[in-house]
Amino acid sequence: MTDAAPILRCRGLGKRFAGVHALRRVDIDIYAGEIVAIVGANGAGKSTLMKILAGVLTPDSGEILLSGQPIRFAGVRDATRAGIALVHQELNLADNLDIAGNIFLGCEPNRFGFLDRKTMHTQAREWIERVGLDLSPASDVSELSIGRRQMVEIAKALSLRAKVLILDEPTSSLSMSETSRLLTLIRTLATQGVAVVYITHRLNEVLDCADRAVVLRDGARVADFSRDQLTREGLVQAMVGTVQEIRRAEVRSANEKSEARLVVRGLQTQAYPKSTVTLSIGRGEIVGLAGIVGAGRTEVLQSIFGIDRRTVGDVSLDGQAVAPNDPVSAAHRGIAMVPEDRQRDGLMLLDSVRINASVVKIARESIAGFIRRGAERMGVARIIDLMKIQPALPERQVALFSGGNQQKVVLAKWLSTEPKVLLLDEPSRGVDVAARAEIHALIRQAANRGAAVLCSISDTEELLLLCDRIVVMRKGRIEGEMNAVDATEEAITRLAVVGVEVSARSTEAAA
Amino acid sequence: MKKILGITGIFLAIVIATSILSPNFLTAYNIENLLRRTSLFGILSIGVGFVILTAGIDLSIGGVVCLAGILTPYLLTQMGWSAPETVAVILLMSVAIGFLQGGLVAFGRIQPFLVTLCGLLIFRGIARGVTMDQTQGFQGKFAELRWIGNGRISIPGVEEFSLPAPVLSLIIIAILSMIFLNCTVWGRWMKAVGRSPSAARYSGIPVARLQILAYSICSLLSGFGGLLFVCDVGSAQPSDFGNFYELYAIAAAVLGGYRLSGGEGSVVGVIIGAAVMQVLRNAIVLVSWLPYTAEFAVIGLVILIGVLADEFLRRYAANRARTQVKGTS
Repeated sequence: MTDAAPILRCRGLGKRFAGVHALRRVDIDIYAGEIVAIVGANGAGKSTLMKILAGVLTPDSGEILLSGQPIRFAGVRDATRAGIALVHQELNLADNLDIAGNIFLGCEPNRFGFLDRKTMHTQAREWIERVGLDLSPASDVSELSIGRRQMVEIAKALSLRAKVLILDEPTSSLSMSETSRLLTLIRTLATQGVAVVYITHRLNEVLDCADRAVVLRDGARVADFSRDQLTREGLVQAMVGTVQEIRRAEVRSANEKSEARLVVRGLQTQAYPKSTVTLSIGRGEIVGLAGIVGAGRTEVLQSIFGIDRRTVGDVSLDGQAVAPNDPVSAAHRGIAMVPEDRQRDGLMLLDSVRINASVVKIARESIAGFIRRGAERMGVARIIDLMKIQPALPERQVALFSGGNQQKVVLAKWLSTEPKVLLLDEPSRGVDVAARAEIHALIRQAANRGAAVLCSISDTEELLLLCDRIVVMRKGRIEGEMNAVDATEEAITRLAVVGVEVSARSTEAAA
Repeated sequence: MKKILGITGIFLAIVIATSILSPNFLTAYNIENLLRRTSLFGILSIGVGFVILTAGIDLSIGGVVCLAGILTPYLLTQMGWSAPETVAVILLMSVAIGFLQGGLVAFGRIQPFLVTLCGLLIFRGIARGVTMDQTQGFQGKFAELRWIGNGRISIPGVEEFSLPAPVLSLIIIAILSMIFLNCTVWGRWMKAVGRSPSAARYSGIPVARLQILAYSICSLLSGFGGLLFVCDVGSAQPSDFGNFYELYAIAAAVLGGYRLSGGEGSVVGVIIGAAVMQVLRNAIVLVSWLPYTAEFAVIGLVILIGVLADEFLRRYAANRARTQVKGTS
């Protein structure tokens, strides 16, 4: 591969925002048919680099050569026309259009200016199938799960027949099976000569599929590993700058039984009205919900909290029933919910860290409905310090913080109230390795203070890192459970994807 | 304070311009009149501010002003009720109207625009139906009650100028509103509902209750406003009493820094916004070369300029905040 000239070549790219270096003289060569992973902690400059390559930002210094020719993009359209397509980390789909409409947004097939729906739908179907979605092109995008929306976004990028495909954390919200499908797809594209630039926090995926990994730290390129040099430790060391061991924060032994705190009996969700879920979580226990996207995990969490309708089934906390469909009373009883989409459901983005972090606590410590300002300010200062929210500016708008810090603010909102039950939906989605470890430690602390923790996590590695017990869901029901100590990624994945009957049958057949 | 910088500037500019263009502007009589009108409309604007804060809208204000303004003299003179009874019933009715409309928005999931547009028509219709379109007046009685609308409070040592009584109502309502919005949990939560209804729901905030509360406060203040208006002018015609008042109220709130997308606004800004509207209407009357018939066009233009100026300042401030933060980190 290295004998050919690079398709995309960056020389000394630099970018400053208000005096701060976001990128410092970064050199990167990208060859056709190559999968290049870009890794780095949050704020290392990955997104800035991607945005420059995709024409969203213009660099302050340095140059970009496309097939040997210097090129300057005036905007995203220029870059797209030159064959560079970016799939954003934030989903950019038009909710009011169907899948086909989104894929062809801006370049709709038409006849004399009228939409040619037939062509649009047949062409869209090809792209949808190529990313492995089993959906009609006429499906409404607004009804798709985050995981599926992401697949549509990738289909859209593919449809632009890009020579260079840039994926900004494409798997952060995908399940195991969707992730492996995507990685397969990326490999196929690479063999067809497409250069794939891939940003991810998941080191497993880098080790699994990247031909090369470029590591950024504080805006500078600090390492460029070829396939045979790639190791987990090497990557982490380059990212963090020092050796940092990734390991479980703490393990509860399997036989350490505690009294049941949260008990869910015969719960039915709207998504899977035919199956019921029964679960019991003890004080201080962290239970992980595993499963593919659409397995009904989010629905279980939301039904417990009362966001989703619960008509059948009981939920009780410390032996007392929790009223259905009433998040207000659930929160009052000490149930906390950290939703999957933190920008939409977790935060008031335009408000400050203080307003967001104290929104639940102010009610608990109020006197006759009045906010105790001093207590609020002190509480927020303490929590910023405790959770290492960076920068430590309570009055700064929360939208200006990185993903990891935003997630800490959502956690802060609840942890400051010492919840009895903590429900978390993908708690470290789009969060870098270092922040993820901090978030895990905070969750563990909450458990140690007596909370029963139930978290839905798609990443099997993370499940094993964080949880004491893992419950695997499939098609709305519980397929099986295992203690984290005994569990393996393979066992979880098999149970989540094929289920208990099939896997049992296949082992029988093997025997 | 930064939020109301733009509107304060516009207010001062209009005041200075008008006082140069017309010698009758800075007279005791005119200022007194302006204060009275600003107070009356300011009360309506503070009310609609609560609804706008939750990202809703209340178009029924004119209808509620009309109904309250018509029923007050009707109940007193035609039905022979006492003043306390009448006031109590008018205020209770107003709260009930807001409660119903808020309930339809929160639980019926009907868009606020539609609910309150229908309300606007229904309440005026009721007012006209009940009175058979007859003008309602106080027949020269009930001077004590009417004082809250047309009273003048003389200031010791000042001969020519007295404080119009509605200013008192405005100050009390403004202070209570500020305390509610800035110091209470429910006030904070009401803003949260406007900022992000789904984040509010996921935080266990009683979204529906707060929406209903906002509409109830708005209608209560509309009804109280209608009462003050009729006490001020002495009589009311069902077919046009309170016409367009919802638009004046919303315009003043928007001028004063409320965002229709919810979650942002200040009471002081609203009062200045209401003052701008009244000074402007006054200016059109006083300045001879401004045609009175162009009143709406002039007001529309100034609101547009005000909102643009506000947006410009806001972006400027946001950019500066961002640069400063980046610079220090």
